[in-house]
Amino acid sequence: MKITFDWLRDHLKTNSKEKVLLEQLTNIGLEVESVENLSADNKLFKVAKIIKTEKHPNADRLKVCYVNVGEKGFKKVVCGAANAKEGLITIYAPPGVIIPKTKTKLVVAKIRGVTSYGMLCSESELNLSDASDGIAELSKSKYEKKIGMNYFSKSKSNLIDLSITPNRPDCLGVKGIARDLAASGFGKLRDIKEKKINSKTKQSLTIKINKDKVQGCSTFGSCLITNLKNTESPQWLKDKLISVGQKPISAIVDITNYVMLDLNRPLHAYDADKIEKGIIVRNSKFGEEFTALDNRKYKLENGMCVISDRKGILGLGGIIGGTRSATELYTKNILLESAYFNPKIIRKTAKKLNIDTDAKFRFERGIDPLSIEEGLNKAALLITEICGGEVSKIDIQKTENFKTKIIKFDPQLFEKVSGFKISSKKMLKILQDLGFRYKKEKKFYKLTIPSWRPDISQNVDIVEELVRICGYDKIKTLDPIKERTKSTLTQSQKLFHFLQRSIASKGYLEAITWSFTDSNYNDYFKDINKEIKIVNPISSELDVLRNSIFSNLIMFMSKNLDRGFKDLSIFEIGPVFTGPNPGEQNTIVCGLSAGKKSRLSWIEKERNIDVFDAKRDVIQTLVEAGYNASKFFVDSETPNYYHPGKSGRLFLNKEKNNVAAYFGEIHPNILKKIDIKTESLVGFEIFLDNLELSKKKLNDQKTNFVISDFQKSERDFAFVINKDVNAQDLIDAVYKVDQSLISNVKIFDVYEGDNIPENQKSIALNVTIQSLERTLNDSDLEKINKSIIKTVENKTGAKIRS
Amino acid sequence: MSDLKKIKDKFLLKLKNQLNLSEINQIKSDLFGKNGIVTLQFKKIRSIPETERKKFASDLNIIKDQLQDLINLKINKIENTEINKKLKKEKIDITLPERPFTKGKIHPVSQTIDEISSIFSEIGFSVEEGPDVENEYNNFTALNTPDNHPARDMHDTFYLDEKKEKLLRTHTSPVQIRTMLKDKPPFKIIAPGRTYRSDSDQTHSPMFHQVEGLHIDKDINMGHLKGCLNYFIKEFFEVDSIKMRFRPSHFPFTEPSAEVDIGYKIKDGKIIIGEGDKWLEILGCGMVHPNVLKNVKVDPSKFQGYAFGIGIDRLAMLKYGINDLRSFFDCDYRWLNHFGFDPLDVPTNYRGLSR
Repeated sequence: MKITFDWLRDHLKTNSKEKVLLEQLTNIGLEVESVENLSADNKLFKVAKIIKTEKHPNADRLKVCYVNVGEKGFKKVVCGAANAKEGLITIYAPPGVIIPKTKTKLVVAKIRGVTSYGMLCSESELNLSDASDGIAELSKSKYEKKIGMNYFSKSKSNLIDLSITPNRPDCLGVKGIARDLAASGFGKLRDIKEKKINSKTKQSLTIKINKDKVQGCSTFGSCLITNLKNTESPQWLKDKLISVGQKPISAIVDITNYVMLDLNRPLHAYDADKIEKGIIVRNSKFGEEFTALDNRKYKLENGMCVISDRKGILGLGGIIGGTRSATELYTKNILLESAYFNPKIIRKTAKKLNIDTDAKFRFERGIDPLSIEEGLNKAALLITEICGGEVSKIDIQKTENFKTKIIKFDPQLFEKVSGFKISSKKMLKILQDLGFRYKKEKKFYKLTIPSWRPDISQNVDIVEELVRICGYDKIKTLDPIKERTKSTLTQSQKLFHFLQRSIASKGYLEAITWSFTDSNYNDYFKDINKEIKIVNPISSELDVLRNSIFSNLIMFMSKNLDRGFKDLSIFEIGPVFTGPNPGEQNTIVCGLSAGKKSRLSWIEKERNIDVFDAKRDVIQTLVEAGYNASKFFVDSETPNYYHPGKSGRLFLNKEKNNVAAYFGEIHPNILKKIDIKTESLVGFEIFLDNLELSKKKLNDQKTNFVISDFQKSERDFAFVINKDVNAQDLIDAVYKVDQSLISNVKIFDVYEGDNIPENQKSIALNVTIQSLERTLNDSDLEKINKSIIKTVENKTGAKIRS
Repeated sequence: MSDLKKIKDKFLLKLKNQLNLSEINQIKSDLFGKNGIVTLQFKKIRSIPETERKKFASDLNIIKDQLQDLINLKINKIENTEINKKLKKEKIDITLPERPFTKGKIHPVSQTIDEISSIFSEIGFSVEEGPDVENEYNNFTALNTPDNHPARDMHDTFYLDEKKEKLLRTHTSPVQIRTMLKDKPPFKIIAPGRTYRSDSDQTHSPMFHQVEGLHIDKDINMGHLKGCLNYFIKEFFEVDSIKMRFRPSHFPFTEPSAEVDIGYKIKDGKIIIGEGDKWLEILGCGMVHPNVLKNVKVDPSKFQGYAFGIGIDRLAMLKYGINDLRSFFDCDYRWLNHFGFDPLDVPTNYRGLSR
């Protein structure tokens, strides 16, 4: 909402400075978004007279004008206007000035080889009117003596742009803002005596509101003005509109706009001669069409509130008028409409048709239903004053009566909510200034809510009014108590933070990418999940919710590789989506590494990142988080975006309840399709929601400290075994021999090739044997050795290498 | 001259020579070996008459210690020389680079969330969460924002179905609803998380982060709200005092509602929080609307309290001098490296939020 201090003064008596005003507006909830100084340049525009014109040497349609701007000598100005001629008095803009219409700064410039110092302006360029076919022509009698003087007589007051919250339609009019300010002690509201139409003529057009089940229009007020002469608006009105950034058009349009901005009372003027026998307010039928004042053709659906005549639709009620009944400069008779439209219905229609107008913006927030006559009176009287003509009586058609809201307010609630006290006298004064009427009833106040406040419906709304007008600075600051009754994080939240920092500590940079992704990328990684489309994506590259974090990470990894970085590890912890319903999401830690380890190192041999790097990061992280590695189980069943031979699936236990993690190389086909340039790309996904949370607290786990001080022995074994037998099976078999004695099994060599039969491999194990009870003697160890060989051979088909 | 004295003199003389390690070891073995000269003398003790035995034993021990000490000294000396010689050869260029390592980082938004949680933890808030996909009811209707309410225009919503029943949450406020439906009052929670609006430019990103706060109890008023936020802002920016302004605003789910500005100034191109005469809007808050409480079956005549919503990314930008919101999600290696935090820098109360 744009206002000026000058306009506010129409309604407000005050001697305060603008600075105080701006602060006060913000303090009472009418936030000042910006203050623009429109008048800074105004004193630069001069009344000027063209002394001589010449044809431009290089352009037929341009003229070189020699202009008297009240200084010694002439200004040479190149001008393209057809009406530029000797003796014309017009408006001159010097270099450096900002042209109001285009907001561009004028500079000294060569135009087709002739230097032009400044510009002669059209009214349109100065936002004075729409006239743009030629430069302004000022009347000789009035301006001859003013050559060289400022064209704009007085400097305008600053344009103040307010951000009005949607609950405050009353402040979409200058008067409403003045009322709020006055209530807060800034100035005094002027009591403007409303003048009324004094007419004996009846409004002769029949107006009918159809009694539909859902009727968007509950009141339609109107009056006819006949035999008028539409004209340009007088200067004061033009100035007023220009001061808030509106462009004057014609007196009728300007007056309706003025009343709307002043009182927040939208009006509509129809050319009465274009209305075919009376007005019918009704619901539209599917497929009906009309051309609106924005020159767009709208096709309507069923049930939209339209103003029509016999021939068809004249306008969408409360939203936009139609071209067919628009007023023009030669319009003689008008019908002035002032109506009440239902906010919800207006909003629904406007949304469906995608129309945004000043009227719609106001009606959908709620117009004062009792302002219908006030608006008609004010506008009709102004029109007859400026355009002449005769006004009819006001005609009001209604389908329902406005019911005044009454609230029983408990004044004690004020302190209970705000935490501070004010006297009941002050309370009532504020409410009264805001337009409430009150009656004391025991300890309650019976409050009549002003008709322009649709937002107020219960006690707490009254509290808000009072706190707002008193000022939020009156609220005390009660320091919080440092006391904790509940733990801040749940166990799974703690695990989230632990995993996040654990992965980062392994050299991964944490990324946060969007929860949506490109469906083309998502396809590679969605595996068996269904695609979840966003109905209204911000772009076609962000059109689905991600089924996996990989799609985004790979996209960004690729961008970073293109930047010239070769060895990168990034990870993200966040949601992936399994369905379109709330809760159908999992929290995943997803990591991705590209390139080599120890590239260009003088001391270490460089090598490609591989699947065992990923496996280490996953397992180390889980172990750090407190999970028991000796219970982990790994197999090779992984989603189709992993390399089928170089990827794994990890469970926290052999029961294989939930997948704890996947890890592996990304499928070569995907790398090819994405065209990512790196030697190697491996990743992992840890499923946070599948990690069972320990029921034991850390201090419970710590109490059970068992170690053995008896001597331990190490024995090495080498088995030859079929290639497709997993190393893990071998390890499991060894542990199973005697879990109380075998404390550790390590694989220290895997070998295929010479001396080993085809399709077989040799695996060398180092086994640590230690008892909790005694030192083992040679015969004990020999027994275990034999048992290990026998068990492994039986269970896995391996043969001990001799 | 006794035998013992002879032995002593002889070997002292021998040990005066320049000897190498094996020569010394030979002497050592000649003296103290199984059949060494000194060893044999010890074996003789028993056969010495009782009257002389004591003196003999004492003399022998003295000689043994004397010779042994001298031998050990000699050995040590040689060994030291040899070690020093070896060390001289082993000197490397220590300015060569260490073995390669990689350094991971925590994203500034994650760090900021941890900082926020740490601050609110101190005054008794616990952390709640909610899903990113919400139903229309939790995101709007239950929050007193019915269909066809102009306030919905302020939220450009991403929808997942044509009926507009499922959407990406536009704020963290639906966590209020979920929390209050799940438990009984009092409530004292914060809820950080991802939020989504269909908007994209320098200051808007289609995804961003918010933290919701909710405190409902029997007598929580606007003074508590002011105190809580004042405390939070001071702690977060790690300053002793903060210039803060509450001004009236409107959110359908709070009444009265406020927006909070903090004072700032620009000094040498850098923003300084807490002083100066410029205002920066950083959060929205208010007293939870009775309609919202009714919607979650909390009796507004018995319970009341406040709620707030803060933009996390915005806070991170202000605290760490980050200019472009979109860069948070661009995943540029250089950016992550520059603005990221060491994973061991966990914000805590006792060691402070940041280094």
